[in-house]
Amino acid sequence: MVLGLCPTLAVSTTIANGIGMGLAATFVLVGSSIFVSLVRNIVPEKVRIPCYIVIIATFVTIADLFMKAYSPALSRSLGMFVPLIVVNCIVLGRAEAFSSKEPPMRSIIDALGMGIGFTLALIVISAIRESLGNGTALGFSFSRVFEPPLFMILAPGALLTIGLLIGLINYFTAKKGLRRGKKD
Amino acid sequence: MDLASYITIIISAVFINNFILSRFLGLCSFIGVSKNTGPAVSMGVAVTFVTTMASLISWLIYNFILLPFHLEYLRTISFILVIASFVQFTEIVIQKKAPGLYKTFGIYLPLITVNCAVFGVAVLNTDVFFLNGKAVDGSFLKALLQGFGAGAGYTLAMFIMSGIRERIEFAEIPKCLKDIPITFVIASLMSLAFLGFSGFKV
Repeated sequence: MVLGLCPTLAVSTTIANGIGMGLAATFVLVGSSIFVSLVRNIVPEKVRIPCYIVIIATFVTIADLFMKAYSPALSRSLGMFVPLIVVNCIVLGRAEAFSSKEPPMRSIIDALGMGIGFTLALIVISAIRESLGNGTALGFSFSRVFEPPLFMILAPGALLTIGLLIGLINYFTAKKGLRRGKKD
Repeated sequence: MDLASYITIIISAVFINNFILSRFLGLCSFIGVSKNTGPAVSMGVAVTFVTTMASLISWLIYNFILLPFHLEYLRTISFILVIASFVQFTEIVIQKKAPGLYKTFGIYLPLITVNCAVFGVAVLNTDVFFLNGKAVDGSFLKALLQGFGAGAGYTLAMFIMSGIRERIEFAEIPKCLKDIPITFVIASLMSLAFLGFSGFKV
């Protein structure tokens, strides 16, 4: 959950941005996992990280150009954070931990799973931030009910949301563990 | 271009647009390495060095190789490769020439390769200091200063955060919030405090 959240937090101000970023990251994950898995037996051990980085960077460039061509508005609002997928820890982490050892089919499925999970996390965070900070959700406005606190769509809101979300997840996992312990 | 505009760049990079707290760059290592003040500051110094050098190198590449040959779309690939090899090169040099220094800084260098702050500052420089395919006046020095300022801001945030975390070790906080969640909440409050700087017009 913590992995790879660094640069993506910045774009989670609206749900649309969150989905766009998640899809771009998923595309890069799947594409790079196929190629990393295909070359896994050819590339020597010592230069594998630079090779993976080149493969990942290629796919990030493809995603970036695609986005610029087909949805310029989204590309503008994501800005410099699309190239930053390169240094996203999830992508390199999965390439290193999974795709470099497994055949292409399994790597694709693994990458898809990771990408969808990542997109879901982004959607949750951006939904919380958009509805609290802006009083809207996918164009649907309910800002008359309360005065939206501006700070939720600024940097502190993102950090607060993610911190409390992880805390909540920890709380429920601990509770579940406790209940299971009692049953045994 | 006068002196004031250069000072403005540093101040805004350190305080107003602090890389960690308002741009979210370098968050991974910020959460990971900020447990104790000593290593946190070492990491900060190492990052400052690399961000400064990375902005220097990326400016040269962008201005003299990518722009004349209309290869702007290769920016991502070329920057990440050059930064990665530069960090690796630095690691080898330090290891050979100054083993003592290597013991304090060396372990952080591989972490820096995939640090978003380093790559981020290179991309940001080309976004801000190149308009319509041409370098802005004095952009070389500005890029250099922005790199240094970004590193300095990173070090500052690391220092403050590690100081707070050393004390919060002994505090009574809910069990589910321990360690990483509480760090995020602290970071949120810090960034709220840094938002106060953004009111300044320099």
